[in-house]
Amino acid sequence: MITLHHYLVLAVILFCIGVFGVIVRRNMLVIFMSIELMLSSVNLVFLSFSRFLGSTDGQIWVFMVLTVAAAEAAVGLGIIVALFRNKPTLYVDEVKELKG
Amino acid sequence: MESIIFYAFGGLAVVTALLMVTRQNPIFSAVWLVVCFFAFAVLFLMLNAQFIAVLQILLYAGAIMVLFIFVIMLLNVREEELKPKVLQFSGILGGGAAIYLIILFALGVLKEKVASFPILPADFGYVAPVGKLLFTKYLIPFELTSVLLLVAIVGSVVMGKRKL
Repeated sequence: MITLHHYLVLAVILFCIGVFGVIVRRNMLVIFMSIELMLSSVNLVFLSFSRFLGSTDGQIWVFMVLTVAAAEAAVGLGIIVALFRNKPTLYVDEVKELKG
Repeated sequence: MESIIFYAFGGLAVVTALLMVTRQNPIFSAVWLVVCFFAFAVLFLMLNAQFIAVLQILLYAGAIMVLFIFVIMLLNVREEELKPKVLQFSGILGGGAAIYLIILFALGVLKEKVASFPILPADFGYVAPVGKLLFTKYLIPFELTSVLLLVAIVGSVVMGKRKL
């Protein structure tokens, strides 16, 4: 018997793997992918509560989160490409000057 | 049956997420993340969110991850750039922080008494009820997402310009 708690704990584990990726990895692209993983695990929480409460409203908000994730991916990858053109590195520690 | 699918695909999602975080080459990370999103889509299907599950595959596993792989190939990263470069003890620190967060959240969740899912109407999560809600109650947020996408398009075009 799978309950609400199973889904919530699974979403917590996946979210914390995303947090782990953001803390440990220094590669910009992997940090970005970890953020996508965290967004997706939040979607899992929305959907399990939507199933639990029997209301479709949660699914609408998942739709909004998907839109934000798509916009974020487009703009963020544009920023990464622009950064890479100025300074050919992928490590966040080496990009520390805002000017020059 | 339900619990077998849940544990199989939940375990697949956790394992592929861990593989995604630990691979050195970002292209392997991207491919493992695609597998993880497919496992997510199966979990969404089990939660009676058929429309969102299809969107998850189309948008995340399709569009966003293709964009990622496209950018990784465009950047043409040299071999020595891929060497693991982490702060000292960051693995221990990050792992400790992640485990601490998992225990904290899980204890918070498990404090409540176990709640099983109710019976749902037959068309829950199909396109028709979701779309109806989207175009009546949530019409203004839905229209605002189009503005958000427009801003994202303009932003990425500006970012992509060679000279600002």
